[in-house]
Amino acid sequence: MSVPGQWYLALAAVVFAIGALGLLVRRNVLVMFMCIELMLNAANLSFVTFSRMLNDIGGQALVFFVLVVAAAEVVVGLGIVVAIFRRRRNATADDLHLLKG
Amino acid sequence: MHAFVPLLATATVVDRIVFVVAALIVLSGAFGVVLARNPVHAALMLVMTLFGVAVLFVEQEANFLAAVQVIVYAGAIVVLFLFVIMFLGVDREENLGEEPLRIQRPLAVGLIVLGLAGIITLGALGHWAVGARSVAGAAQNQSGGDVAALGRSVFTTYLFPFEITAALLVIAVVGAVVLARRPHGAALAEEDEADESADAETDLGLGTDAPVTAATGEETR
Repeated sequence: MSVPGQWYLALAAVVFAIGALGLLVRRNVLVMFMCIELMLNAANLSFVTFSRMLNDIGGQALVFFVLVVAAAEVVVGLGIVVAIFRRRRNATADDLHLLKG
Repeated sequence: MHAFVPLLATATVVDRIVFVVAALIVLSGAFGVVLARNPVHAALMLVMTLFGVAVLFVEQEANFLAAVQVIVYAGAIVVLFLFVIMFLGVDREENLGEEPLRIQRPLAVGLIVLGLAGIITLGALGHWAVGARSVAGAAQNQSGGDVAALGRSVFTTYLFPFEITAALLVIAVVGAVVLARRPHGAALAEEDEADESADAETDLGLGTDAPVTAATGEETR
């Protein structure tokens, strides 16, 4: 029997919080993407934990789909970063204020 | 469900050690992603976190997902990150002292700490409402292990979402190609310029306020 699921859930909550914090404080778009990946991983960890606690394979199937969505999101996001960088020569979120009123 | 079951209660010694070590790896990697000044270091720290999460998956008998985690995340997504970092030449250190919005960082830290404390408190003290068990099929003690159980689930219960993901991936690939492609006219004009002057290729962007120090591909490679 493994460690109780609550510990995994607490760990997932902490990792999610770190990811959210990074998303709020970092300015580099690429690092912000990595923080999104951190949050997705925290969610995956809690899905797998619930899958074990409730003995339900649905949680693992959901992790499978989250992986696919994360891959698609990264591909499109990095495409956008490359397109922006080609025009503006930097990848800092604060400099992208062309739509500011 | 009661508050935190003591860590020593049910798990064996090996399980406990594995959990603690993997949790430390995950947490230090996560802090590394947020605190590293160099984007390349942040990506490597992300790999560390992903491996730690894969260990935790194995620990919870999700072997297939652990393999997929390492192959897809560490093998594909992080490599894509590193490729873009190197391709754009943004592997310079970020000046974290610069502060356009003064209140943002303290406010962010305060909000996150508050939110985390709230979640942990609710999880520890609140009464959890969980649904019926094994709605989509049992996860443990299946013939063929978790791989067979997951395969049965994905190809029966979740067949339609699985097909949708195929469409999603195709759309993502087409979108990435469209986004990263240079417009046809611009590419032609650029070739003409390159014929005329030697340094024309450094001037392919339309940006007017790009600082000279912002590295182009030639500068970093």
